[in-house]
Amino acid sequence: MATQTTGGALKKAAGGIWQAWRSRTRGGAYVPHRKNTAESETVVMPPPETVVLAMSQHLGAPCVPTVKPGDEVAVGQVVGDSDRPVSAPIHSGVSGRVTAVTELLLPGGRKSQAVVIESDGEGRVDESVRPPVIDNRQDFLRAVRASGLVGLGGAGFPTHVKLNPRDVDAIDTVLVNAAECEPYITADYRECMENSWDIVSGVQSVMEFLNASRVIVAVERNKPAAIAELSRIARSVSAPGREVRVKALPARYPQGAEKVLIQACTGRRVPPGGLPADVGCVVLNVTTAAFLARYLKTGMPLIHRRLTVDGPAIAYPKNVRVTIGTSIRDVIAFCGGARREIRKLLMGGPMMGLALMDDTLPVLKQNNAILAFAEEDAQVPPASVCIRCGRCVEACPMHLVPPSIAAAYKNDDVESLERLGVMTCMECGCCSFSCPAHRYIVQTMRMGKELVRSAPKKAD
Amino acid sequence: MASMDKPLIVTSSPHLHCGMNTRGMMLDVLIATVPAAVASLLLFGWRALAVMLVCVASCMASEILSRWVMKRDQTVGDLSCIVTGMLLAFNLPATIPLWQAALGGVAAIVVAKQMFGGLGQNFVNPALVGRIVLLASFPESMNHWVVPFGGTGVDAVTAATPLAEGAAPYSVTELFFGIHGGCLGETCAMALLLGGIYLVLRRVISPTVPLLYIGTVFVLSWLLGENPLYQVLSGGLMLGAVFMATDYTTSPINKAGKAVYAVGCGLLTVLIRQFGSLPEGVSFAIVIMNILVPLIERATRPLPFGRRRLKRKDAAD
Repeated sequence: MATQTTGGALKKAAGGIWQAWRSRTRGGAYVPHRKNTAESETVVMPPPETVVLAMSQHLGAPCVPTVKPGDEVAVGQVVGDSDRPVSAPIHSGVSGRVTAVTELLLPGGRKSQAVVIESDGEGRVDESVRPPVIDNRQDFLRAVRASGLVGLGGAGFPTHVKLNPRDVDAIDTVLVNAAECEPYITADYRECMENSWDIVSGVQSVMEFLNASRVIVAVERNKPAAIAELSRIARSVSAPGREVRVKALPARYPQGAEKVLIQACTGRRVPPGGLPADVGCVVLNVTTAAFLARYLKTGMPLIHRRLTVDGPAIAYPKNVRVTIGTSIRDVIAFCGGARREIRKLLMGGPMMGLALMDDTLPVLKQNNAILAFAEEDAQVPPASVCIRCGRCVEACPMHLVPPSIAAAYKNDDVESLERLGVMTCMECGCCSFSCPAHRYIVQTMRMGKELVRSAPKKAD
Repeated sequence: MASMDKPLIVTSSPHLHCGMNTRGMMLDVLIATVPAAVASLLLFGWRALAVMLVCVASCMASEILSRWVMKRDQTVGDLSCIVTGMLLAFNLPATIPLWQAALGGVAAIVVAKQMFGGLGQNFVNPALVGRIVLLASFPESMNHWVVPFGGTGVDAVTAATPLAEGAAPYSVTELFFGIHGGCLGETCAMALLLGGIYLVLRRVISPTVPLLYIGTVFVLSWLLGENPLYQVLSGGLMLGAVFMATDYTTSPINKAGKAVYAVGCGLLTVLIRQFGSLPEGVSFAIVIMNILVPLIERATRPLPFGRRRLKRKDAAD
């Protein structure tokens, strides 16, 4: 009897050590946190006079406008949709009249159609806005698609696609990503502090319809208040076979990157080119999960979102709930305008965010932050030669060797690029961040990926 | 808005940087050489200073001239040639004729570094090439050692290095504080350790390479029946392990590779010391391992995240 318990305890301890070893993520960088707005409660910005709704606000096929100039629209009405599987409809956040369908140059250089709506200020809600009726998994997926929900953490992958993996029975774990490892951004943290019950309730419905047995809410250790708040709720809803727990992760960028997060929480590694579903996981951003719960209750589609507006050039940094389609210029004006002349404007965090060409662009669904910098933070120093210090190799969470990849790229060597795993690069920026020679490593990786993508496919 | 007066600056992510730069790291290396430089001044007097100044000046001049001849940007500002100059001086005896020291600087910078493309491109450690060229060309002046505190004039008392055949054994304390004959910078183990600790604390080097290098020499010499502490503290081992084997350009870029490289350096050092005809093997050991770096890197390259190692039969396909 006694030996049995000892054996069991030993086995458990060995399992724990094995699990800890498997979950140990490598690389990454200790980026500054700069979570200045962590304690700034979300302020609601009134709907603007005009919204511009880009038809490409998600990864996948862009939407086609379903309204034309002159049409009257109401809050929550669909204005753009697509019949392609990887897409999500786009809804109006104001009531009023469509004045134009134009073309926008989105950050990153993509062109997209856009519906311009002038608000009548009434905020009339469309009659289609009502809580969805859900009896089964298909209804659930249909409702998630109809809500227009995409990953709100930045990537913007349509959520209904994520929740519909090829082999649903293989999914045992739902991960909720509240790591928020990018500097400055506190939008997800505010969701944890303000809407913690929504998060858990949203996750529970996902768990139910995916028939997963556990939920892990992952938070970086630098947010103790969020960990405490979520743990309290997780404990109260956790049940046998329906486990909900909170996992504190090291505060080391990029803990929130999907593959890193999955390994840190479960010890599983997503193979190159694979999806989380390949290792039995579905990863949802924390705000995405909370929105889902609210949508199931109210039926109001995705027309608002929380943005962290920060950076040294912003007069009054804060978290703002804005209507999607509001121009960035208006959002900055709502935050007291510029404290100093804005020379660089970012959509997203400083590690992976895109620099904008002008401030008239509208807020997109997947934006989580607007950051403004003055001259001294806007310039990039010239690159000098690589001294082979190995800091990029040590920093790469995907275990790549950037200088070898750069050499292969320089030689147009597609085969070597693939062998060296260039396609595994997620452009987290740890390499460039750590490079004492200020080399443009991330750009080289991007160009290397592009070279592989454009290369003629080998015949098998 | 004001931002419209000038167009916004659009650059690729990331928009943050850790703040380190090449020049700053080279400056850290120079700071780390200060204890050993001071020790050499105390031990060997003004002649040590003269050798250091000549080596640094020769390296700087060679760098400027070769960049000018090759019509390339001047790179003296990255301080790497000054580091090479200091390390070369550390590898020379205090009594070396100054013109020979200057020649060593030319060999280091022109032949080993700039001819291969400059900083980051050389495949062997320039300072060690300088030393080896001098050793091959002027064996007499490169093997002329004087007693510390005894001056360096013609009448100075010559002394054997701790590793020389039939040398009077020094005590471990004498070795640690550097009170014995030897090159400028190699004698005082304590000063070199101080510099090494500074480099580790400043995160310029990781302790892996020095620890594994010294550890390998310790264990192997102990196995071969030598006094391991004596072996570790004598000759150029400390200098080599802290400042030469950790050179970024000529050591593997990945962690596993660095470990293999460091153990290899240790192995070769002991083999040369015990079985070679030379009394000292650190510089040759490091240079040989430098040449093997591309192969080591290839064999130890980390697998991309999530990729499985191919089975031998799969790899053949």
